[in-house]
Amino acid sequence: MKTILEVVTLVLIGVLLVMVVREMPTFGDPTNPVHNEVSEFYLDNTQEEAGVQNVVAAIITDYRGFDTLGELTVLLTAIAGLLAVLRS
Amino acid sequence: MMIPYLQLYGLYIILYGHNSPGGGFAGGTIIASSLILYVLAFGLKNEELRLSSSVARVIESCGALAYVAIGLAGIVLGANFLSNNSAGFPLGIPGRIFSGGTIVLLTVAIGLKVASTMITLFTNIAEKEGEEE
Amino acid sequence: MDNLFYAMAFILFLTGFWIMLSHSNLIKKIIGMNVMESAIFLFLVAIGYVKEGSAPIITDASSGITHVNPLPSALILTGIVVSVSVTAFALGLVVKLYQHYGTMDVDEITRMRSEEL
Repeated sequence: MKTILEVVTLVLIGVLLVMVVREMPTFGDPTNPVHNEVSEFYLDNTQEEAGVQNVVAAIITDYRGFDTLGELTVLLTAIAGLLAVLRS
Repeated sequence: MMIPYLQLYGLYIILYGHNSPGGGFAGGTIIASSLILYVLAFGLKNEELRLSSSVARVIESCGALAYVAIGLAGIVLGANFLSNNSAGFPLGIPGRIFSGGTIVLLTVAIGLKVASTMITLFTNIAEKEGEEE
Repeated sequence: MDNLFYAMAFILFLTGFWIMLSHSNLIKKIIGMNVMESAIFLFLVAIGYVKEGSAPIITDASSGITHVNPLPSALILTGIVVSVSVTAFALGLVVKLYQHYGTMDVDEITRMRSEEL
């Protein structure tokens, strides 16, 4: 009984996902709608404005440094929650 | 015996995070894995290289506070929060270590915080039942 | 078969989902959650690939080379750290449950809790 329910759920989700894969744009095409002018701006202006060579490091610390601050908050909250549970 | 090489490799990945792939997160995890390797090989009761819990808490708080302090220094010098070029941090020649203003300092702070988080997680889950405080 | 990467990401996601559904041990459910999250990271990073592009590191000799899109890679670093934090917290909860009930089976724990009330 439980196995039949699992198989039916998986087949339904699998059919949905196969339909999505057929509609996605081609892998690695330079004219994807993903590559818009934001990444062009990041690739062109990193040398002058930030002065480093690694574009990904400049994005996560300089252009979007506020998201990395939220990241550190997530780590801190995980530690606080774990210590509160394990040492009660 | 392999622990100094692991720590040196992790430190290299943190400091060269803006010239080659790497950055703060990966370097911090590698430094933490050197201490975890020691605990896995020699057992948890060996007190030589363990970080005690109070020292780990102090290092972790220093990492978070350093990040916010660098951001607030941007406000003190007259521009927005966490800004790099318009607040007057010195940019060097791209290609050397101390180039790029706040980026090196932020990467070191991230590395410290991630390493202390991993060590605290591992030490708290892997203790035995008879050692509760 | 152009979109092979997307199809493999979906197969990994379905595998992780099936692991979570069909086993009743708690540690196996946590492993299934990790497999699902790895599948999602693979999917999002594979979107930003450009054919015959190099890594997004700008040196002096690369002025006309096409680069890979750096934006999805930068946004997934945050996601990986969140995944590690959730796994660590879930493992801490499992340790606490084992100390209290003495078993790691979800059906046993539900039965014991319904007998306590």
